[in-house]
Amino acid sequence: MSDLNRLTIAEARDKLRAKEVTSIELTEACLSAIEGAGALNAFIHHTADLAREQARAADTRLQKGEAPAMCGIPLGIKDLFCTKGVPSQAASGILNGFKPEYESTVTQNLFDAGAVMLGKLNMDEFAMGSSNETSVYGNAVNPWRRGNDETALTPGGSSGGSASAVSADLCLAATGTDTGGSIRQPAAFTGITGIKPTYGRCSRWGIVAFASSLDQAGPMTKSVRDAAIMLQTMCGHDPKDSTSADLPVPDFEAMLSGDIRGKVIGIPREYRMDGMPEEIEKLWSDGTDMLRDAGAEIRDITLPHTKYALPAYYVIAPAEASSNLARYDGVRYGHRAKLDQGDGITEMYEKTRAEGFGPEVKRRVMIGTYVLSAGFYDAYYNRARKVRTLIRRDFEEVFAQGIDAILTPATPSAAFGLGEMEKADPVQMYLNDVFTVTVNLAGLPGIAVPAGLDRQGLPLGLQLIGRPWDEGDLLNTAYALEQAAGFVAKPAKWW
Amino acid sequence: MSIDLETAARVAKLARIRVDEDALPAMAEEFNTILGFIEQLGEVDVEGVEPMTSVTPMRLKRRDDVVTDGHRQKEVLSNAPDAREGFFAVPKVVE
Repeated sequence: MSDLNRLTIAEARDKLRAKEVTSIELTEACLSAIEGAGALNAFIHHTADLAREQARAADTRLQKGEAPAMCGIPLGIKDLFCTKGVPSQAASGILNGFKPEYESTVTQNLFDAGAVMLGKLNMDEFAMGSSNETSVYGNAVNPWRRGNDETALTPGGSSGGSASAVSADLCLAATGTDTGGSIRQPAAFTGITGIKPTYGRCSRWGIVAFASSLDQAGPMTKSVRDAAIMLQTMCGHDPKDSTSADLPVPDFEAMLSGDIRGKVIGIPREYRMDGMPEEIEKLWSDGTDMLRDAGAEIRDITLPHTKYALPAYYVIAPAEASSNLARYDGVRYGHRAKLDQGDGITEMYEKTRAEGFGPEVKRRVMIGTYVLSAGFYDAYYNRARKVRTLIRRDFEEVFAQGIDAILTPATPSAAFGLGEMEKADPVQMYLNDVFTVTVNLAGLPGIAVPAGLDRQGLPLGLQLIGRPWDEGDLLNTAYALEQAAGFVAKPAKWW
Repeated sequence: MSIDLETAARVAKLARIRVDEDALPAMAEEFNTILGFIEQLGEVDVEGVEPMTSVTPMRLKRRDDVVTDGHRQKEVLSNAPDAREGFFAVPKVVE
């Protein structure tokens, strides 16, 4: 059987249970696809032996029957997740050679369910970036191209390798993480689905920390159903993460009826940005029509503090990053600079961090250091946290008015060319997150669903934002949107 | 608000990241661009607003203050760039 790597999780699960395929067959199909896709630079640490071992164990379990949904499903794992005995370096030079002695809770949950790890996936260094161009491994490349134009495009970031790998069918699905849009923006750029759950749904334990009050893991998949299946396995309470929610996890897949009659969908006027490309505007209004036609009530809403979300994010995230990344000191793991005669411990820290961190990480650590420094803490950091309260309040108010979900574009544009933003100032790159970052600041669940192609043939995504802890309902609305949009396009293979 | 070279150097020092003297002007300029963007927050009326401490209102869990893990010296040191005789080794700290 060919093209097994192209299956969705749901299809593969059904075939595995029906004994039409084995996990080892699925795994071998993915491993060959990965081997032929070096040009995408999506997989950066290969774990073929481990994958085969896990696949054989999954097949034994499947033989016995009653295996969980994720049993035998080959996945890619973002390099931000610590995986025991396997290089885990957050795409940073400072973690060169680091092999954790422990497993992240999310990957452990997946492995306990029988999932197979094919390897580690490229990303922006420490998840700081929107184009996968800050990675120590080099750029991940988008499998999509502008028609016959051979310009290499970004898969988005920071989960760029995950997006590229899923879109190019190198794996059935992948893990991602999202601090300001790092699951949803790359999903939109590559025509796949990605959900960031409510803050606290997925344990952060063993995931290299960027901004702890914003970071959440989530699945990146080929369909909304797959997102429901995989998210179910990833989440759950974990005593090792004090912010992990001790709440029951509903059966997300069982909630996918596609029936959204009577649901109220909010359209926030503040997301209609000046200079928004016509195609994005059209996609958004088409998506609105689809939900209306499916029986939802559409209501205009206002989220007045939207404009201040990005500036607040670019205080809070760097502040937390400067604190989290203080641990990279050349003592306990990773890189240590070669020292000169007479160098003391301060020189060791300074040289190690100068050599180990890339430019964007240094920039954010230093901005974070500045906004937390004496004299500026109130003016920047405390003010940003107050604005964050107001941003969350905006959402609480519309949900209190009966809004079930909010529809917005996922990104302000389609995928751009690698290197195209090189000359732009950092703030231009930050604007990529303009529609997604509010969701992290408010701790809400958000999902990107592919909804159309632009004139150049590139995928565009829509975002749905849900009530806290209501991923099931959100996934169902996304499922209705997915069915109405009928997005089936795949990138033409050139790699 | 504008960052001068002296402030840029001080921030680099606080962050424990070595920055060459000749890289400071470009760095200060980037900081100024980013801080210029952040300045917008000054427009927001935050009078009487509490700074957010927890995005999902929850009480942190408590547990008994007992040892739950340990005796893992080998694992703890396994990734160290320099470990000797069961310790992390660093350049001399005491003068």
